[in-house]
Amino acid sequence: MSTEMSMPEFEQVEHPGPVSWPETARREIDVIFTRYPDKKSATLPVLWLAVKEFGWISPQVEAIAADVLERPLNEIHAVVTFYTMFPKRPLGRHHIQICRNIACWMANAPELLEYFKARLGIHPGEVTADGRFSLEEVECLAYCECAPALRIDNRYEGNLTREKIDQIISEAL
Amino acid sequence: MKLVTRNIGKENSHTLAVAQADGAYSRVAAAIARTPDDIVQEVIKSNLRGLGGAGFPAGRKWSFLPKGSPKPRYLVVNGDEGEPGTVKDKYIMIHDPHLLIEGIIITCWAIQCHKAFIYIRGEYDLPIQRVESAIAEAKGAGILGERVMGHDFALDIVVHRGAGAYICGEETALLESLEGKRGWPRLKPPFPAVEGYQRCPTVVNNIETLSYVPFVIEMGAQAFADLGSERNGGLRMYSVSGRVKKPGVYELPMGTPLRQIIYEHAGGIAGDRKLKAVIPGGSSSPILTPDEIDVPMDFDSLAKIGSMLGSAGIIVFDETVSIPEALLVLSRFYAHESCGQCTPCREGTAWMEKIIHRIIAGDGSAGDADNLVRIARNIIGNTICPLGDAAAMPVISYVTKFRGEFEEWIKRGRPISAREAPITHIGEKMPGRSAVAV
Repeated sequence: MSTEMSMPEFEQVEHPGPVSWPETARREIDVIFTRYPDKKSATLPVLWLAVKEFGWISPQVEAIAADVLERPLNEIHAVVTFYTMFPKRPLGRHHIQICRNIACWMANAPELLEYFKARLGIHPGEVTADGRFSLEEVECLAYCECAPALRIDNRYEGNLTREKIDQIISEAL
Repeated sequence: MKLVTRNIGKENSHTLAVAQADGAYSRVAAAIARTPDDIVQEVIKSNLRGLGGAGFPAGRKWSFLPKGSPKPRYLVVNGDEGEPGTVKDKYIMIHDPHLLIEGIIITCWAIQCHKAFIYIRGEYDLPIQRVESAIAEAKGAGILGERVMGHDFALDIVVHRGAGAYICGEETALLESLEGKRGWPRLKPPFPAVEGYQRCPTVVNNIETLSYVPFVIEMGAQAFADLGSERNGGLRMYSVSGRVKKPGVYELPMGTPLRQIIYEHAGGIAGDRKLKAVIPGGSSSPILTPDEIDVPMDFDSLAKIGSMLGSAGIIVFDETVSIPEALLVLSRFYAHESCGQCTPCREGTAWMEKIIHRIIAGDGSAGDADNLVRIARNIIGNTICPLGDAAAMPVISYVTKFRGEFEEWIKRGRPISAREAPITHIGEKMPGRSAVAV
């Protein structure tokens, strides 16, 4: 049996219970609406807010997003599944996106990905058992001048070496 | 000489106080004192080209907005930097966001628009944060708002975060995305100038393009045009990556010879190895061989030799890089990023990836090089947006210019000469995609 990711990337995981927008998020959505001439244009910002609030976009989250955006559920599902940055299932506390495109590939990114897999014991698309890390191979991060590069949480790290990867892993608690 | 990169490296260059001490917003008053049409004409004369990749003259794009339409107009700023090898816009957003805002203000005055959106790729956390705080600072200082710097002109700027889709860098896909939909490109015409965001007249310009606008006003069109080459005005930011000693972003005149950029500015080839090939303008541009690198880096000169300046993302291959493997990396990318709307692109990119994959895996068959070129030719010109061409052009140029290398792989599998180079993960199944038969 393959040890590769067992779930296609568009398959969604449900939240364990019902979800609803907290009051603070509702207020934030009202502010988002003031920026656009219509509610539909607020779809991406509302989905980003949903990721912040709920961790990933489950079918339940799609439903409450559709509700607040006043759009049919299928349109929201189409958007959620089109964009790779909207997680469809829980990620690790630290999400590592390692670039595989041309400049990083030339700078040995494939070998560093192997190193990550060995250090964390997971493949791209998986989460470590302790929930600390998830790993994803991504296309160009536009950090080619510092290849090989990755994005972890909200920052970029470049000129990666095994030592630097060790440091990134040990510093991410 | 430096223009848009001149503040990079200065401490706190992203803050309003430092930016203003360096001249930020000093060109707004001069622009607003002139008529909008006058500014459009000035930018046309400056030969400022669209630096996102297409190279369309910026001023002419602005002049296409219909006159007398009752609909609101929009400026949409393309910061969805995603073309592999291209890293420039992020420097402006991180280090000089106020220069960008100044360029937006002047442009909005020229096209008489009161709302601008800056679409920034979702991965760009720091650029988004810097641009958002610069907008907040500018609003607080009365630079943006109901009366821009005290003038009778209102302008609001909104940052819109993308969510991971290369295709959204294409202007009509970007507009769809901004409207809250999947990034599916639209058939043109109508062009965005006539029907863009919300079917209203819209100008879409790249971050770098707009950041040069204040300098056109400051220097005058002629002086700006004279910095570059014929019909390619000013300077531009060249991103250099791959096997060079000093990868980075270099702001140089339009028309700077590629050889000079690689050997003087980027320090030459890493390890003093031999140059094998160069991608001159982002991954979509046809590859150049070492005998072609005296080409001046401007839109027209590269078009003349069958390539393109595109986003000026220069990617350098030394003698140890395997061309078929490099093409697999790029073909996998285009197959992943095809939006799926047009059959030639959706199916063609997937097939090209599969065929290159099997060649790399040692299962190539005699006709595979021809198959690749044939599939690529069937994509070009047959799709709604340029992604199909972008995927096909590298395939044709790599296979044509390095045919021997492909034939060698097809005949004998991985050649000895490629063993020192990093190997792509052959046989590894990608999540969520059909398994490739290798």
